[in-house]
Amino acid sequence: MIEALLATTPALNRAALRRAIAVQRRVIWALMLRETLTRYGRHNIGFLWLFVEPMLFTLGVTALWHATGMTHGSQLPIMAFALTGYSTILLWRNMPGRCVGAVGANLPLLYHRHVRVADIFLSRVALEAAGATMSFTLLGLVLIAGEWIDPPEDFLLLAWAWALTAWFGAALALMLGSLAEGSEWVEKLWHPAAYLLFPLSGAAFLMDALPADFQAVLGWIPMVHCTEMIRAAWFGSQIVPHYDTAYLVACNLGLSLMGLANERRLSRSAVPE
Amino acid sequence: MMGLFGAPAIPQLGLSTLCLRDVWKSYPTKRGANPVLRGVNLELRRGEKIAILGGNGAGKSTLIRIAGGIERPNRGYVHLGLRVSWPLAFSGAFQGSLTGWDNARFICRVHGQDFATAQDFIADFSALGRYLDEPVKSYSSGMRARLAFAVSMMIEFDVYLLDEVFAVGDARFQARCHEELFVRRADRAFLIVSHDAGYVRDHCDRAAVLRDGTLTEYACVAEAQDAHHAHMAAPITT
Repeated sequence: MIEALLATTPALNRAALRRAIAVQRRVIWALMLRETLTRYGRHNIGFLWLFVEPMLFTLGVTALWHATGMTHGSQLPIMAFALTGYSTILLWRNMPGRCVGAVGANLPLLYHRHVRVADIFLSRVALEAAGATMSFTLLGLVLIAGEWIDPPEDFLLLAWAWALTAWFGAALALMLGSLAEGSEWVEKLWHPAAYLLFPLSGAAFLMDALPADFQAVLGWIPMVHCTEMIRAAWFGSQIVPHYDTAYLVACNLGLSLMGLANERRLSRSAVPE
Repeated sequence: MMGLFGAPAIPQLGLSTLCLRDVWKSYPTKRGANPVLRGVNLELRRGEKIAILGGNGAGKSTLIRIAGGIERPNRGYVHLGLRVSWPLAFSGAFQGSLTGWDNARFICRVHGQDFATAQDFIADFSALGRYLDEPVKSYSSGMRARLAFAVSMMIEFDVYLLDEVFAVGDARFQARCHEELFVRRADRAFLIVSHDAGYVRDHCDRAAVLRDGTLTEYACVAEAQDAHHAHMAAPITT
């Protein structure tokens, strides 16, 4: 992607662009390491918490649903159902959670010219995406190896669905993270919203099992499309998925645009003490 | 001449300068916008050393922050054609909850400087000893300045922005600062803001006074010093 970008740039600016990309890579990497350090420190298992924490969440939910034999409107094995559902939630929910309030807490970093507001968001988004992905992958591998669940039917679709969900989470994080610096309402409202979206996101049900009126309403929630798409990839022929890739991509594009616009506005006003 | 989307076209500038053109900056207050800089012009080439004198609240810190790319002007243009340091001042630049080492490591990473090779110098120059393993929030302002100074010496800059940083530390530290900056880095540029003309006299070849939001450059440091002193002695008119 970077090569393509360079190829379309006039020669005069190409060196400058290459330098800028190098600086941004360096800054984001430095911020990721720093964030891991401030969050997990050097004690006990350190950075492993990055994916052990989401793994514990997912395992807990999986165990709970398994033990209570939760009804979810299908004959699918509950373990695989919980793994796909809860991992998806972690992926889109943790990114905004970490970006809301991130700039205010990190203002001193902006003292270094190369560090921009966007870098603070991008580093956190990358960290959360990495954590959720490692957690999902590791749990999936362990459960498949132990023959508790069947492997996904369509790996390519799974990767695509996972990437779209990560994009959705990143765009939402950028948007909420930038807005949160202007109004504390964002932070106050995000917590209940994230909580309420848990049951509505499709993690605990299959769209196909719902009445048509419900489907019509829930179809507006982008997270439902993420979950359905990931389940479609995992269970394939066993379920009738209800998702619209075009709708999800449109949501992602819209959120990204608004998020970037807000980030730009914020980056002009955010200054260290 | 207008550029893209009606924005003013970027003036042709020497590539390797630090240049401020008609820079305006105001801060919002409860009684409306408070203009701090009203059309500041400045051009600094490699090797030049300029002192900027001004009283308290004249906008010295704002100017140095804009030159360092930390703040953006409301109007005007800033060209950073040289590698400009962050303002080496008493505060800022560090994350209080992290240790001195972790902060140093972060800054080295951001600037692409290998930390391992910088380590010995930082330990030696900052003379912070075991405090380098303590959170920066437990440091005094002098300790912070020493750390900031030590780290900045390990990164290759063309322009150093100094915010009365010499005033900290004991005689030995000041002598080492002098050695590192003005002897070993005599070929670099310096922008020093100060309200005390005395000690910039020996270090600078250019001098300007920041007053009422505008920057006036004088033919020599002594002349700027006189103008600054005359202004400081005058009764406050606001």
